[in-house]
Amino acid sequence: MTHAARRRVLPGFGLTMGITVLYLSLVVLIPLATLPATAFTMSWEAFRATISDPRVVASYKLSLGAAFVAAAINAVFGSLVAWTLARYSFPGRRIVDALIDLPFALPTAVAGIVLTTLYAPSGWLGAPLARHGIDVAFTRTGIIVALVFIGLPFVVRTLQPVIEELDPDVEEAATSLGARRMAVLWHVVLPNLLPAWLTGFALAFARAIGEYGSVVFISGNMPMRTEIAPLLIMTKLEQYDYAGATAIALVMLLLSFALLLAINGLQAWTRRRVTG
Amino acid sequence: MSGPLKRGHLTEPAVVRRTIMAIAFVFIALFLVVPLAAVFGEAFAKGWDAYRAAIVEPDALAALRLTLLAAAIAVPLNVVFGVAAGWAIGKFQFPGRHVLMTLIDLPFAVSPVISGLVFVLLFGRRGWLGGWMIDHGMKVVFAVPGIILATIFVSFPFVAREIVPIMEATGTEEEEAARVLGAGGLQMFRRVTLPNIKWGLLYGVILANARAMGEFGAVSVVSGHIRGMTNTLPLHVEILYNEYNAQAAFAVASLLGCLAIVTLILKAVLERRVRARAAVSEHDEPWESKSAA
Repeated sequence: MTHAARRRVLPGFGLTMGITVLYLSLVVLIPLATLPATAFTMSWEAFRATISDPRVVASYKLSLGAAFVAAAINAVFGSLVAWTLARYSFPGRRIVDALIDLPFALPTAVAGIVLTTLYAPSGWLGAPLARHGIDVAFTRTGIIVALVFIGLPFVVRTLQPVIEELDPDVEEAATSLGARRMAVLWHVVLPNLLPAWLTGFALAFARAIGEYGSVVFISGNMPMRTEIAPLLIMTKLEQYDYAGATAIALVMLLLSFALLLAINGLQAWTRRRVTG
Repeated sequence: MSGPLKRGHLTEPAVVRRTIMAIAFVFIALFLVVPLAAVFGEAFAKGWDAYRAAIVEPDALAALRLTLLAAAIAVPLNVVFGVAAGWAIGKFQFPGRHVLMTLIDLPFAVSPVISGLVFVLLFGRRGWLGGWMIDHGMKVVFAVPGIILATIFVSFPFVAREIVPIMEATGTEEEEAARVLGAGGLQMFRRVTLPNIKWGLLYGVILANARAMGEFGAVSVVSGHIRGMTNTLPLHVEILYNEYNAQAAFAVASLLGCLAIVTLILKAVLERRVRARAAVSEHDEPWESKSAA
């Protein structure tokens, strides 16, 4: 059916499109546009001085570095969790499956205080670790722990459906041709999971870069050492340094958009792999 | 969901299988089960009376009211938007559909702190509109309207991104038939469209609500943390915790923990419904098929 014919029969395109564009503009686009608009009121020198300040650079490095390590940890352990949920049967599987989304459902402030309490030197998990000389709370390790929690569902939920949809005939064919199970996994299964695996990693990484609530409690917030970029934006705002906050935020926003584009590309690749 | 494979020769050796499962379970226990249990353990650490006292305290109740108010405004607005966007994007072809969908997803890509910051830049005293508005007696930032705006922003994409693929997958034939048989626009929507999207809609509402009630970073930027006035539950948790009143902080946090558990249960139940419906639908490639055509 052609566009014109469809449009004659179904009503409401103009109205719903109008609502969509108006609401999107008022709630999202105009507010977001204030960020580059405010940055353009700064001189280039002031902008560059802000974002090249050693404390700001340290916060970018920390946010990116900790997010990368956390996403890598999730990529490894999240794959095992996704494989377990998709391929093995065990009692309570549905409950475990539902629980995976806890980091989406639990407010980040709650995650922040509970992880801090658990990993503090006197906490359930922190005390035994401290006896072995490992400090978690109020260090960079603590930041990574919080970001692993936040990013966990992204890797599992991206991989799990792809594992479930893998065609068993392909594995069977490889097996019947004499391939050992581990060889089948390595040469047949893993290559098919690669796009989804990278997508999950990128989603967890992107989310972790901007994360605030779960990190501020456990990080200790020491300038140059455990101060993440979103917290530095908050600090600048509390000092009424709007220009400084805007400059730091604009760099993060551009980074997020670059990642969004990369993720869209990865997802298109995943779809081609799964359906093609 | 196809369920676990039963064919023996298509699974790993028992040793490998047990190792994978053991690592997965330890990881889940460490990062999900223990933290969730600890929220409730800490909340009741000083007994039921202390728990109750922390929750019925006036500032906590004010925070609960504000959280409910923000969600009660943000979620319905986002539902209206989500259904409208679903209809326009899911049922019609026009240039820029994919760009529009990417723009709708933007709030997910933005750090919560930046989500709050943009409203300060717009409505703060030195913001683009704020100076004029404050002179005319309209206070948005460090007041309730700012909290509601930030809540709308962060919970914005959830409903739309559930509804658009469902609207697209169910196609236009049923609605066209209703129209040809003489149904008016609203009648068609109520009788034909709504039954098709209701589970997906509910699913989006559950996710939007969880985010609306639980948002911390964005709300923290615009709130100003005025006790009893501009404090939501997550902000109240932060204040109590920073005052070294951990037990009260966890008591209030346990309310949000209950919200999370209810969300997870409803989500799991609704997922089965949505998937069952998707399996019935013959359109298997909702996103790509039409744009390629």
